[in-house]
Amino acid sequence: MQTFITLTAVAAPLIRDNIDTDTIIPSREIKTVSKQGLAQGLFAGWRYLQSSSRAPDPAFVLNDPAYAEAAILIAGNNFGCGSSREHAVWALGEYGIRAILAISFAPIFFDNCINNGLLPATLSATAIQEIAASLGSTRKDRRLTVDLPRCSVSGAFGSATFAIENQARARLLGGLDAIDVTLQSAAAIESFRRVDRERRPLVYLGDVT
Amino acid sequence: MHEQSRDRQPTDHRQAPQPGTIIDKIWREHLIAANGGQGLVAIDRIFLHERTGSIALKSLRERNRAVCDAAQVFCTIDHIVDTRTGRSDETQVPNGRDFIVQTRAAARDAGIRLFDVHDPDQGIVHVISPELGLALPGLTIVCPDSHTCTQGAVGALAWGIGSTEAEHALATGTLGAKKPQSLRVHFDGRLASCVGAKDLSLVLISRYGAAGGRGKAIEFAGSSVRALGMEARLTLCNMATEFAAFTAIIAPDDTTFEYLANRRYAPRAAQWDRAVAHWQSLPSDPDAVFDAEIHIDANDVEPMVTWGTSPQHAVAVSGPVPDEIAAGTGREAYRRAINYMGVMPGVPMTTLRIDAAFIGSCTNGRIADLRAAARVLEGRRVARGVRAICVPGSSDLKRKAEAEGLDKIFKAAGFEWRESGCSLCFYAGGEDLGLGKRVISSTNRNFEGRQGPGTRTHIASPATVAASAVSGHIADVRSFEQFRPCEF
Repeated sequence: MQTFITLTAVAAPLIRDNIDTDTIIPSREIKTVSKQGLAQGLFAGWRYLQSSSRAPDPAFVLNDPAYAEAAILIAGNNFGCGSSREHAVWALGEYGIRAILAISFAPIFFDNCINNGLLPATLSATAIQEIAASLGSTRKDRRLTVDLPRCSVSGAFGSATFAIENQARARLLGGLDAIDVTLQSAAAIESFRRVDRERRPLVYLGDVT
Repeated sequence: MHEQSRDRQPTDHRQAPQPGTIIDKIWREHLIAANGGQGLVAIDRIFLHERTGSIALKSLRERNRAVCDAAQVFCTIDHIVDTRTGRSDETQVPNGRDFIVQTRAAARDAGIRLFDVHDPDQGIVHVISPELGLALPGLTIVCPDSHTCTQGAVGALAWGIGSTEAEHALATGTLGAKKPQSLRVHFDGRLASCVGAKDLSLVLISRYGAAGGRGKAIEFAGSSVRALGMEARLTLCNMATEFAAFTAIIAPDDTTFEYLANRRYAPRAAQWDRAVAHWQSLPSDPDAVFDAEIHIDANDVEPMVTWGTSPQHAVAVSGPVPDEIAAGTGREAYRRAINYMGVMPGVPMTTLRIDAAFIGSCTNGRIADLRAAARVLEGRRVARGVRAICVPGSSDLKRKAEAEGLDKIFKAAGFEWRESGCSLCFYAGGEDLGLGKRVISSTNRNFEGRQGPGTRTHIASPATVAASAVSGHIADVRSFEQFRPCEF
């Protein structure tokens, strides 16, 4: 898995509460059994003028040339709510988004970010507003530096610290594969299951009873 | 979910264990190892479907990982399968067939029981799991689907995950997870006629916001919840993900045991008795401490309906579209919602004319839901110009409904009567309900574009959907009550 340490990149504001995963990638844009080929569908309902064409809607922030290289999104409350589709995170990643700064994240989306090396950083509503307001008219002003070891974000607005739980932070910094890590505990899992089979036979439908 | 959980593990095992919530008890039983706040938790059942399970199985195979215990994994074809009569692997969703065919092949290769397109037990994952007795009290259940919380209604700890986590659960029979904070939501009082679980959930979400339960494991409790039948409980828990909760659960009781007895995969004879004895120990202890509690007086709850593009945008059907202040959703979100939905503040909800009505989904596509709608529809006709569709949540309950004659009532009223699946709950590039069309729907999400580009979705109970379909506009089902009281 890709690690996340630090990032300096253009940030784009999408300050709205409850941006759901249907909005991040509509189901109609999920066309193959694959984690790839999803970037074109990112924010399709907002990004294009019609669902039947790819004509960009100039009013949408990521279509503004000033934000063309955005790799950071600034968002409101409950970002990524709704469907569990990990395609939302795959689409963001393929488009080039590496970090999302938001007031809060929906739980499944948060875990999906960690599993794909995307940083979901939580900041206060005040800090989010301040950062969004500071994204000025020149590209230089729109760049932020996100530092995961320090849990800090800095830019034209100054700097702020963000929150992320330790386990998630360690996963991003280390880039370790979660299955590999768990399988290091294979003996503990096996011994749990051995005892559990006696205790709760109804769980183990493969056992002949 | 970023806050620290209080540690309530017993420290001295010679003493009686500390009082626990149902969540504490199930968590403890499944904890293989703990590392700080993070636990490695045993997973008892994994469900997959063709929309997100297909990629998990494919990716697992590409990484040369085997499924840990295929007998604990189940797969269904529900999300994009056609629901029109005479269906096959062909769907109207672009490349939809690939999802079905690849899921079938992957399930076969992994030795996973698949409820295929023509299987008599096919249906929406969260509908068939309790129906088949696969969801049982005290189990941990995961599925790469946000509405997995539905299954908590039987007293299981069931939660939605992403595809990568599904791969992890398949490969190891475990998941790494932080113990969620607990929230108990009490609904007390007697529900008025025509008010059901959907209305309770919309009251909760509209009052506390779509992020109000963020990351929490919710126990639904109180006299109103105890009085709900199993299917209504499934509806209540289903909507917990729209409250951003980790999951929801309802303590098992006689209603649960009666519902589960003799289900296909439920334990039998001596094993059943042993299981029930264990299940009776699961309810939260009287002195258990929750991280937060919410109390809602259910006596005053009215039939609810959404006006905007988030489930928190819900009001009593008898009321108007709220103004910006009353909506409490922020200026930008409010304006966008009003524009998208084509509604004006102050306009009574019951004056909004509808183009379509949909009854179905993992939220409200069960037999009790169809009965409630049929009671309204019997002897009535859908209003002219309204397209009305009913999609039973499983093939089994569709047959039951037909045996009761419910299909005849729906069809006589002018509803399409379909095969089971998720259908028009969401638009995947195939069937849609039309640009700018206004739909009253018994589903769970009224997001922009959820039922088709530009489609305007109002979510409500099946009874409210049926009343609206007949009226041609959003309707207060209580106005039908003088003719036929509705209880559900």
